[in-house]
Parts: sequence; C-alpha cells; structure tokens
Amino acid sequence: MTEFVKPSVEYFELWPLLVVFGVACLGVVVEAFAPRGARYVAQVVLSLGGLVAALVGVVLVARDVQTYDDGAARGVLAIGGTIAIDGPSLFIWGLVLALAIGGVLLFAERHLDGGVSAFAGQASAVPGTDAETAAIAANREHTEVYPLMMFAVFGMMLFPAANDLLTMFVGLEVLSLPLYLLSGLARRRRLLSQEAALKYFLLGAFSSGFFLYGAALIYGYAGSMDFAAINEAVRNDVGSSSLLLIGTGLLSVGLLFKVGAVPFQAWTPDVYQGAPTPVTAFMAAGTKVAAFGAIMRLFYVALGADRWSWQPMLWIIAVLSMFVGAALAITQSDIKRLLAYSSVAHTGFILTGVLGLQATDQLALGEISSVQAVLFYLTTYGFATIGAFAVVSLVRDSGGETTAIDRWAGLGKESPVVAAVFAFFLLAMAGIPLTSGFVGKLAVFSVALAAGAWPVVVAAVIASIVAAFLYIRVIKVMYFDEPVGDGPRVAYPSVLTATTIAVGAAVTLALGVLPGPVLDLAAVAGEFIR
Amino acid sequence: MMLTVLILLPLVGAVVTAFVPGALARLVGLGFAAATLVAGIAAATQYDAGGGMQLTETHTWIEALGVHYALGVDGLGLLMVLLTVVLVPIVLLAGWRESEAEGNGGAKAFFAWTLALEAMSLAVFTATDVLLFYVVFEATLIPAYFLIGGFGRAGRGRAATKFLIYQLAGGLVMLASVIGLYVVSANSGTPSFLLSDLAALDIDPITQRWLFAGFFIAFAIKAPMFPVHTWLADTTEKATPGTSVLLVCILDKIGTFGMLRFCLGLLPDASQWATPVVVVLALVSIIYGALVAIGQDDVLRLIGLTSLSHFGFIVLGIFVFSSTGGTGAILYMVNHGIATALMFLVAGFLIQRTGTASIRAMGGVEKTAPVLAGFFLVAGLAACGLPGLSPFVSELMVIIAAFEHHWLVGSVAVLAIVLAAFYALWMYQRTMTGPALTGVAPVVDLDRREVGIVAPLLLALVLFGFYPMPLLDVINPVVHDTLAGVGVAQEGGHQ
Repeated sequence: MTEFVKPSVEYFELWPLLVVFGVACLGVVVEAFAPRGARYVAQVVLSLGGLVAALVGVVLVARDVQTYDDGAARGVLAIGGTIAIDGPSLFIWGLVLALAIGGVLLFAERHLDGGVSAFAGQASAVPGTDAETAAIAANREHTEVYPLMMFAVFGMMLFPAANDLLTMFVGLEVLSLPLYLLSGLARRRRLLSQEAALKYFLLGAFSSGFFLYGAALIYGYAGSMDFAAINEAVRNDVGSSSLLLIGTGLLSVGLLFKVGAVPFQAWTPDVYQGAPTPVTAFMAAGTKVAAFGAIMRLFYVALGADRWSWQPMLWIIAVLSMFVGAALAITQSDIKRLLAYSSVAHTGFILTGVLGLQATDQLALGEISSVQAVLFYLTTYGFATIGAFAVVSLVRDSGGETTAIDRWAGLGKESPVVAAVFAFFLLAMAGIPLTSGFVGKLAVFSVALAAGAWPVVVAAVIASIVAAFLYIRVIKVMYFDEPVGDGPRVAYPSVLTATTIAVGAAVTLALGVLPGPVLDLAAVAGEFIR
Repeated sequence: MMLTVLILLPLVGAVVTAFVPGALARLVGLGFAAATLVAGIAAATQYDAGGGMQLTETHTWIEALGVHYALGVDGLGLLMVLLTVVLVPIVLLAGWRESEAEGNGGAKAFFAWTLALEAMSLAVFTATDVLLFYVVFEATLIPAYFLIGGFGRAGRGRAATKFLIYQLAGGLVMLASVIGLYVVSANSGTPSFLLSDLAALDIDPITQRWLFAGFFIAFAIKAPMFPVHTWLADTTEKATPGTSVLLVCILDKIGTFGMLRFCLGLLPDASQWATPVVVVLALVSIIYGALVAIGQDDVLRLIGLTSLSHFGFIVLGIFVFSSTGGTGAILYMVNHGIATALMFLVAGFLIQRTGTASIRAMGGVEKTAPVLAGFFLVAGLAACGLPGLSPFVSELMVIIAAFEHHWLVGSVAVLAIVLAAFYALWMYQRTMTGPALTGVAPVVDLDRREVGIVAPLLLALVLFGFYPMPLLDVINPVVHDTLAGVGVAQEGGHQ
C-alpha cells in the first residue's frame, strides 16, 4: 500500500472558491444566532460582500496564472489534481459570480410585493392553513435563501473546475440540492412551486444516479477517475470500448439533464414556471453556464481522443433541442414557460458550439475556437436571461406576477420603458444584430461550420427562424394588441432589481456592438489543462 | 468620415426626436432629415464618376472574427444613398399630419423610427464588409417592424409580424452563407469579412453554389420575387403609404443591390450557373405581379403588387449579364423608387380624402380634384413605361437586353408593358373618371403643401426621362466592373 501523501492546497488560487463556501457556512450561523429582524440586512450584505470578494479574487488569480507544464493551457491543478484552475474555469467563475450578484439583488427585492421578498413566509406551513396566514400577517420571510444560494454558487464554481469524475459529481450535487429547495419557496402560488421543487428533485436525483453509474463504468474502463488518466486510457485504447461508450452515454445523461437538452428537458418548463422568479433568473443563467463548463471539460479533456463517438450524439441532441425547444415554445401561453422552452432551444445552439471542437492545429491564425465561442455565448445568454426574468417579476396584476402572455397586451402603452427593455432582451435571444445574441450565434455557428458540421448549422438556421417567430409574437402582444380588461400593471422596483435589469441590458447591448473585448478575453482564457 | 457622418446624422436624429417634447419632435426630425439630405449631396459632389469604391474608411471592429467597420460607395451605392436621402424628407412631410391621426402611434414615434430606418439603410448601401452589411441589413427590420405595426390600418400588427418573419427567415438563411464565407476565408489563411479580401478568394464551384443559394434566397425575399413575395401585398395594404415608400422604394432595393454586389461580385461562377432559374423566376414575377395587380380592389395593395412586376424587370436586367441589361437594371432601381413613391403618396392623399382604399368605392375624382388626378395619371403612366418619363428608358434597356439574351425571354417580358398599361390605366379610369359618387362629400383637391411634397418626384421623372445621362455616367463603371468580374466580354471593354 502506498503511503498517504498530504495534498498541498493552493490557497491563493482557491481563494474565490473558499470565500464563497465560507460565506455560505457563515450565513447558516447568522441564520441560527442573529435576531430575526437583523437577518435580512446581514445576509444580503454578507452574500454580496462574499461574491464581490470572490470576484476580485478571480481577477487577481487570472492576472497571475502561469503556463501549465509547457502546454497550450495556463493555470494550475489544485489539491492533488482534483480541481483545475485554468483559463476556462476562471472565465466561468467570473461569469457565475457576476450572475450571482445579480441573483442576490433580485432575491433581496422587497418593493414589488408590498414590502416582503418573493419567498414564502414560512415554508413549513401547509398552503391554505392558519399557520400560513399567520406567517403572512407577521410579514415573515425566509432569509435562508441567501446561504442556500451561496452553496449553489459554490457548486456552480466547483462543477466546471472539477478535474476528476468524483469532484465533478460533488460539484453537481452541491449545485443542485440548494436549487431544489429554492424552487419550492415561492410566496404566491405555493402548490405550483412545491410541485416544481419535487419534480426537479426527483428527476435530478435520477440524473445524478445516471452520472454516478457512468462514472463507475468509466472507472472500470480506465482504472482512474482522473480526467488526464481517462484521456490517457482512451488514447491507448485500453480495456473494453463498450464500457467506455456506455459510460460516456450515462455521464452525458447526467450533464445534459442539467442544461435541459432534449430528451432530458421535461423538467424545465415546470420548474421555471413554479420557482420564484428571482430563483428562476439565477438558476436559468447560472446552471447553464456551470453545466456547459463541465460538459466541455469532460468531453474535451477526458474524452477528447474519443471525439468520433460522442460528436454524432451531440449532433442529434443539438438538433433535437433546437427544434423541440423552439416548436414547443410557440405553443406556450405562459411567459415563464415560454422562456423555459426557449432556454431548451438555446441549449441546442450552445451545443452547436460544443460540437465544433477542432484540433488546435486545424485552426487558422486568429480563427475563433470552440471554447471561445461557447464561453462567449454563455456570457450573452446569462445576462440576457437574468435580465429578462427580472423584467418578468415586474409585470403584475392583483394576484401577484402575471405571467400569462395575453395579459401582457398593451404593456407598450402602459410602460414603454419596461416593454422596450423586455423587447430588447427578446431580440437578443432571437439573435438580431446589434444585440449580444447575434454575435453569440455567429460565433457558435462559425465554429460548427468550420468543424464540418454543416447539417447542424443548417438545422440551427431553420430553428432560429422558428424561434424568431415566438419572440416576435410576444413583442406583437406587448405593442400591437389591445389590452384585456384593465391591462397589465408594472410594479416599480427598488434600485436592486433596476440595477440588475440595467446591467443586463447594458451588457446585452455592449456585447452586440463591441464584442471584441469579451471575445478576446475568452481567447486569452485559452484551453483547458489536459 | 463623410459616410460615417451621413449614417450618424439620422441615427442621432432618431434618438433626439424620441426625447424632445412632443410639439418639437416633428420639426427636429425633419431638420435632421434635411441635414442628412445636405450631407448626402455633399458626398455626391466629392464622388468622382470614374468608378470604383470611393470615400472609403476602414477600421477593425471585431478582431476575433475578422470584422471591419468599412464603408465606401461605388456608383450603385451612391445612387441608392441619394435615393434614400431624397425620399425620407418627402415621406416625413407626407406623414406630418397622418401620423398624428387617431389610432396611430404618434408623430414622434413615426419620425424617430423613420430616421432610424434611414440611418440603417444608408449603412446598408455603404457597407463594404459583409458582416457589417449583414448586421445593418437585419437592423433595418426593427424600425420597419414598428413603422408597419404602429401606423396604418387595422390588421397591421399581423402584417408587421408576417413581414418580420419573412425577412428574418431570409436573413438567417443568408447568415449561413455569411458564415460560410468566413470559413472559406479562414481556411485560406486569415479570416476576414472585408469585401475586397473576399473578392480575392478563389472559391470552389460547389461551395459557391451553396453560398449563392443562401444570399439569393435572402435577396429574393427582400426584393421581392415570386414565390417569396406574399408579405409584400399585405404589408403595403396595412401600412401607411409613407411607410410603404420607405419599404418598397428604399428597403427592397437592398435585395437587388445585394444581388449585384454579393451574388455577382463575390460568386460569379455560381451566378452564371443559376441564371436560367433566376431568369424564369424573374419572368414569372413580371407577369404574375402584373396579372395579380389587375385584379386588386385595394389601391395600396395594387401598387404594392406592381412592384413585384418591376422588381422582376430589375432582376432580369441583372441576370442577363450584358452591359445594356445591367445599366438598365440599376437605372430601373432609381426610377422605380421615384415613380412608385409618387404613386404611393398620391394614393395616400386620395385615401385620406375618400376614407377608403377600395377602388369600387371611388369614382369621378378628377372632376373635383383635377390636380390630384393629374399626379395620379402621371404616376400611372410612368409605371406603364410611357416615353418621356424616366422608367421608359430603363424598361426599354432591360427589354432589349432580354431579347439579346434569348428571344423568348424578351417576348415574355414585353408582354408586361401591355399588362402594366392595363392595371395602371384601368385603376385611373375606375377611380378618377366617370360620374362622381353620390352620397359622399366631393373629394377636395391637393393643397399647396401636398403639391409641394410630390412635385419634386414628378420633376425628377420628367427630367430623367429626357436626360438620363448624369445617372448613366455614374452607373456605367459599376456595370463594367461587375461584368468584368463575372467574365462577360463587353463591347468597348478595355481590360
């Protein structure tokens, strides 16, 4: 038996991860000991402070990273090679943290619903009972949502940086479990919210099981959980290739579930609709970013040599996701469900970029690479999504948020600014030029076409046309349809939500007009450590 | 810098107009349109008729994708720029009162969106980077969408959606080809979207055909051509006449402009390969558009459909690959812009007075409104190619070129002249002549403001009908260069 070697811990490089985790734990302590009245302020300040500190840490680490082992990639392997802190990791960390700051701002919003947040007064009170009424009357609100969210952020950072299958699984679970809980905490329409949480949990647990089973099979094939070792095994073609294939398939189920790719998309509409809108905003943006980071790392680093067996699978899943997502979105009458299906379609578009992987020597000088394209797309998608859901939380009637699309008729007259901003986000999602969505689409389509995946690009173009229809339909309702009854009402938000929306819109515009800096940043992020 | 100023003026104007107090909005908007007109004319004076890209400026925009902010005009671009800057102030003046009417989106919005549309159109006609062209090509759709959806007759929301879906579909198909060009240029060394870099590429024939298909479908939808024209009639019927002028007389020119610059300019082999199909589609558009126009009862719908026929002529002129045809086509683009604008605007004045666009519900207008009827008659005669009015010259050139191409093509095209006379004169006869309708107030004649709005168009029709030389001088080098690129031997060619 080999002697146990104590792994060295790279505290400086792990700083962002450690801060987020520390703040999450501290949040639990605050929840236990601070008086009820002080918790809201304490938690909001603590979470924001932690996220900002982590973001600063990411910037410092990114300035300092060195080339790893004479390779193309820059970064370090931390804690005995279990966590890879390389360019793509840092890019995704920065993005997740920025989106999480937006998430905290939305969580903390209290102006929209009569001075309380969007979360249930007392989650344990059964809907419709006296206990619930009492909790509402006492203006209670759950402040546990902040530490829960910080744990989720920690998971979102660990997931794409994990450099072996077990760490990746831990990341997956840490990111998922808090989100299951958060989905069930809506203040209004609680049954819908609890149903969403249960569905999400059950299906998520299943998909985790698939992932774990796949990890076991890959371990059986390669004799290691480590990505570099798996890559080595694939390269040398050791063992039974059926183990590898089945293992790859099962791992893919787990990962593709998280990004909501067809045929694992069934949970998205229910969860997006049922969860409190701030949670939906944070979850939709953050999960997708983190999970695509993990997908790229697994496929590129561990299974890159086996490209020919997983690329066809991604072709099919990408095409299916685009079409099913776009087609089902058209039939929706609820704006949150519509955005959910549109996110399924976006998953397809992002996968188009993922499958555009080419060997580095096949790229022309200055040609855009697949990692670069996907990272850019994730940035555009993340900010547009969080902004769009933030706008959804503003449009209300007497029963709280009104998410039925036909109730949005006349919004263009009721509140030109809100309608214009939402229309802008929709145009970005449709990929109209001068919005970030266009450059994102251009980038992922380019890499896919350069990699020879022209059938996928043709399908993606057709799917984009279908998707454009659904976004335009919403714009038409807002601007050109006559309002039903007394029409929608727009609740005026505090500076918190307003900031999130403004930043989302500003980023969406900036990345559409001058995408250069972020594209360059994604290029500097470079390759994964192999 | 000249061209950047030209684009920025209306763009800034749109923003300013949107934010100044309501009473001032129209004046400010018109002021910016007038300034743009001056800037456009100034640009034209700096243009040297010798040909080639002029007034160029190039800056790197998105380095990672090889995209440049690159502008420049050749003769074709210059004419389109001039057409745009001349028509926009006229449209704004025509919409001065109309856009304030009940149910419309307000004059401020109309002026702001129109200026935004002008800025984007000018950028389209001056872009010399394919991706920049694509970006502004798509960006024109947003102001157009809000102009159609916000102003006009009931059902316009649906028409606007139909318009946008059609155009976006075309645009996305083109996007596939644009990306294809990027990949080809990346494979040959350094990725670049600059028109001059792309023209230097040697693209293999099969790839060319795929890329051509993408571009051509987009431009055929834009132009429009049979069978992707169905958005046209709905849009012109529901939108205000002013919006229709912007759409049909300016925006649709992007279609034929793009065919010349991208299909012929970048993909010459594929363009020749596709000629038989394109010529047939053009002929179908010419005849079908005219036939359907005859059967319409709605004046605006009728005028919209005549454009289908006219665009058929333009496309035919482009794809017969001769200097007569090419020159005729470009000249046609200018003349069609002027003549159709006149027709739409006069029809708009007529509809304001009668309160209906139905031909059946009108009659005897010339008795009480002779000036209006006169303008309408001239516009109609221009549409059917009366000698002495400018469309005659261009139509004749295209028909001659068509006969040179193949006698059958020429004989089909010539039929359209008969059909055009039929729809134009029959419409005039039914609306303007005969007994005045009883039970409705007599139609008031055009006032001085309205005459002032449409008179410049009428003058241009007559002027270029007798003296098209200034236009031809600008057009000839473009046609020569384009055909040389396609590899067609020309009489008098010196290269």
